[in-house]
Amino acid sequence: MALLTYREAVRQALREELLNDERVILLGEDIAEFGGTFKVTLGLLEEFGPRRIRNTPISETAILGAAVGAAATGLRPIVEIMYGDFFAVAMDQVVNQAAKMRYMFGGKISLPLTIRSTMGGRRSAAAQHSQCLEAWFMHIPGIKIAMPSNPYDAKGLLKTAVRDPNPTLIFENKMLYNVKGEVPDAPYFVPWGQAKVVRAGKDVTVVALSDMVDFSLKAAEQLEAEGISVEVIDPRTLVPLDIETIVRSVQKTGRLVVAHEACVTGGVGAEIAAQVTYRAFDYLVAPVERVGAKDSPIPFSPILERAILPDDQDVIAAVHRTLDYAA
Amino acid sequence: MRNFLNSHISIEIALQLYETMQRIRQFELTVVDLFARGKIPGFLHTYVGEEAVAAGVCAALRPDDYIISTHRGHGHLIAKGGRFDLMMAELFGRCTGYCKGKGGSMHIAEPDLGMLGANAIVGAGIAIINGAALTAQYLGLDRVAVAFFGDGASNTGAFHEALNLASVWNLPSIFVCENNGYAESTPQRQHQKIKDIVVRAVAYDIPSVIVDGNDVGAVYLAAQEAIARARSGGGPTLIEAKTYRWRGHYEGDPQMYRSKAEIEAWEQKCPIARWRNALISSGIPAAQLDAIDQCIHEDLEHAVAFAEQSPFPDPAEARADIFTSVSEVA
Repeated sequence: MALLTYREAVRQALREELLNDERVILLGEDIAEFGGTFKVTLGLLEEFGPRRIRNTPISETAILGAAVGAAATGLRPIVEIMYGDFFAVAMDQVVNQAAKMRYMFGGKISLPLTIRSTMGGRRSAAAQHSQCLEAWFMHIPGIKIAMPSNPYDAKGLLKTAVRDPNPTLIFENKMLYNVKGEVPDAPYFVPWGQAKVVRAGKDVTVVALSDMVDFSLKAAEQLEAEGISVEVIDPRTLVPLDIETIVRSVQKTGRLVVAHEACVTGGVGAEIAAQVTYRAFDYLVAPVERVGAKDSPIPFSPILERAILPDDQDVIAAVHRTLDYAA
Repeated sequence: MRNFLNSHISIEIALQLYETMQRIRQFELTVVDLFARGKIPGFLHTYVGEEAVAAGVCAALRPDDYIISTHRGHGHLIAKGGRFDLMMAELFGRCTGYCKGKGGSMHIAEPDLGMLGANAIVGAGIAIINGAALTAQYLGLDRVAVAFFGDGASNTGAFHEALNLASVWNLPSIFVCENNGYAESTPQRQHQKIKDIVVRAVAYDIPSVIVDGNDVGAVYLAAQEAIARARSGGGPTLIEAKTYRWRGHYEGDPQMYRSKAEIEAWEQKCPIARWRNALISSGIPAAQLDAIDQCIHEDLEHAVAFAEQSPFPDPAEARADIFTSVSEVA
């Protein structure tokens, strides 16, 4: 075991996959000498050279288009989209091309394309560099989505993605890049579609995405002092979504809080709430609670940003509401 | 008239160009009729009048080269070697079609022929073709990759981003603009101030050429030069083929935006009639060309029968082929 940062864990996955398969190449803005805006790819140019670590123009459509075409013809490209917000200028290549190509062609091709991007606020990066847009992509059949919450998963999910013959999209959390965690020395893979029960509990289930897992664990500790036992589940991947693990937990606790940093309205929490309500209706003793950003563009000033984004206190309040609910 | 013996085009190629154009024309006229009779669902964009571009470019390609097409894609697939029966079955929405009835006219594809799909998002294929070119360059294969698109697509961001990337990476991409004078219904003078789209190649330091898109020999020779350059590491080229779409943007288009006289004037420049006359002038017996036409006619009859007799897909298959199962490749 080694103690690695989330950033180092992602880099290690990239390095191992570059070493494993000559067909793996990296494409992205400023990923070569500069090492990427978040320094994830730092050092890879020196080791693998400009043929495989490819700096691109600021042209998300050209980058993703080239990656789609390369994946369709035999390479295994890994694209870095610097900020998730930038997908907005190149959605066609993800939504209409990558996600649909295999299907439109009647299954004649596979598209082993991995897209890494970043998500989240809490850095005063304001409205165009802070969003969590996973729900956009979850709405499009044909693309797999992961949101790793810790270094171990960040590495293992990425390694699995690179070997997957389908388009995969991984949202890395900018606020987690410096967080350290235990990572095995030997190569390993984290399967997609398997949620992790991060903390066992019996009173309330909290399903949390990305850094809301840490906030929820913090909330669970505080709640434990009040005598409330919280089970925290990290789905790890949204597509495929391991709804079974979540449903089983709710059957035990009877209460569900879904927590993500994205806006509540139209968020992934709504989908999870709907699926759980449908499948575990008779077990629920309180309405499903959703925790997320208040519906607003992300503001610049730290005090305003804190007013919009959810944290452990919002999770605690939501857990209390489910417990205080009187039918 | 063209003397094939003195040109760089062999008689074999000249006949192949004729046959390909005729295959496209007859296929399109057949599906127009079938569409009007309600045999083909969805909508249909035909390539009638523009056959010389696909035929000329693809005749200069190898089977292992890549192409990507547009919503008006039948001609490109035929020129790359597509089979009538599998195409027709796809247009009929049958499970025997090229895409098992999941793509239809606008997404018809055959990766085994290097045909990376018709594409119903204008301009999208221009960005994707660079990826195929990158694969070729990266793996050290001397393949080239051709994107077909129209004058309308030359105003998309994808066009500009893709030409720039192909230039800066020196990719073996060949961009073939079929300038038919209309972006759907909007005439070129209303959608761009330039008359020649090749001027945009200058901005990306890419060589370019304008060809008469109704002269299949000219298209073939221009494509040959661009392909040779790309194959030998000389990077991308922009070819602008000036041509004209005889039929509406889609079947059923009332075409209020252009005059009958304009259409008729272009029909006088029919690429197939021109080439046929040139072949006959150079000594090819008309009967030999008629025999080619007859074979195409028979092939089409067989294809229509095949499509009509083919079963529809099983509704239980509607959600198959979204993902490649991981065990499939493990």
